[in-house]
Amino acid sequence: MQMSQAKILMDKDNMIAIVDYGAGNLRSVANAITKLGCSPKVASNPRDVLDAYAVILPGVGAAQAAMDSLTESGMVNVVYELIREERPLFAVCIGLQVLFSDTEEGGGHRCLGVIPGVVRKLPLGLKIPHMGWNQVKQKFSHPIFEGIPDEANFYFVHSYYADPEDTSLVVGTTDYGVPICSILTKGNLIATQFHPEKSGEHGLKMYANFLKMALDRRQAQVRK
Amino acid sequence: MLTKRIIPCLDVTNGRVVKGISFTDLRDAGDPVEQAAFYYEQEADELVFLDIGATPEGRKTMADVVERVSEQVFIPLTVGGGIHSVQDMRCILTAGADKVAINTAAVSNPELIAEGSERFGTQCMVVAIDARRVNSEPRWEILTHSGQKPTGIDALTWARKTVDLGAGELLLTSWDSDGHRAGYDLELTRAVSKAVTVPVIASGGAGNLEHLYEALVLGKADAVLAASIFHYRVYSIGEAKDYLAERGIPVRR
Repeated sequence: MQMSQAKILMDKDNMIAIVDYGAGNLRSVANAITKLGCSPKVASNPRDVLDAYAVILPGVGAAQAAMDSLTESGMVNVVYELIREERPLFAVCIGLQVLFSDTEEGGGHRCLGVIPGVVRKLPLGLKIPHMGWNQVKQKFSHPIFEGIPDEANFYFVHSYYADPEDTSLVVGTTDYGVPICSILTKGNLIATQFHPEKSGEHGLKMYANFLKMALDRRQAQVRK
Repeated sequence: MLTKRIIPCLDVTNGRVVKGISFTDLRDAGDPVEQAAFYYEQEADELVFLDIGATPEGRKTMADVVERVSEQVFIPLTVGGGIHSVQDMRCILTAGADKVAINTAAVSNPELIAEGSERFGTQCMVVAIDARRVNSEPRWEILTHSGQKPTGIDALTWARKTVDLGAGELLLTSWDSDGHRAGYDLELTRAVSKAVTVPVIASGGAGNLEHLYEALVLGKADAVLAASIFHYRVYSIGEAKDYLAERGIPVRR
């Protein structure tokens, strides 16, 4: 694998925000975006997130803790606003899970309800968490997969998995006892169960593809 | 299918990578940032850094190392050694580590596992277990303080307890095998792997590629950790993966 093949060029005034709501491996995500030649802003203030034209919603840990942190930091409405405006948004791991209607985690909790469906416990019998590198089977061709081979390995670490009602949103699946929705898209929303920032060069390439999609959208808006 | 992970371990003291027989007689094998980047290019699946000096100054140096490594290495990073509190965990995780491994501190204060997993999530709580066979029986006791202190605590009982408290992964080192390059303690690895529901990393004793295979198949480990066979370029990560793939083990290529 060639190092830094994913490096992309962005305009100077680009604005990429990583939502800091106290629940995430922000540094890893910021390092990945920086590696791509961009200067991400780690944003704990709703205004800074809303000013960005591409937003990453990271997350590790428990879903309920993430929901609480989103609420306390005033980011819940920010996420709704981003979705409403179809702002390019990349949600990672717990960031994906909180977008669903409900989670079974911690005895059951309401989540943001942006994606109708439930986050379920992984079936018993296999090691939990599902931890390590697993293949993402690409169901459709999509710009987010540009330059990434089908069945490429990505890094997972989770004990619950998202089960969307509308399966047409699922663009990639991964097998771990059950077929897991490992990546879904809805308009300009991309959400992955795996961690691109920990998935080597393919992960960097996926972020680069997302930023390219965001940049294309922005340039189209400027031309209007 | 979930692949089996190959994890090079970098023993670090005062910001330098070292490796020796049973953690004494150290030989300098280089700069940690350079080593990490080298393994990343070779497609190591993950990296473990163990601060074997584990002094307060060492921890600060380690945070600095992790910070620099995480800027150029985009695979999971686990850091262990000298982590005694939630604050120590935060320091290392904030620097860019994905998981922290705790050992002695977990034995003296098991609640630390629960506190850490509640604060940061079970996914980043690795409990490192150093075990030693008792009287050649298939029974093992755990050791603390870098293998210096036998505790009399049964390794399987301890392994289950740490998982109940919130460990997301176990890093299991056989103190009988470590540094001897004669193979992992397969019986211990299998016993622990079957006793818990979380992934187990086998460690201690890798001398050739067949040892890795045995730990994964006979020992039922989810990942294998090795140091000297990779540091001294006996094998590359790619050679290890080729060997395992030829024998039907799923690996990331």
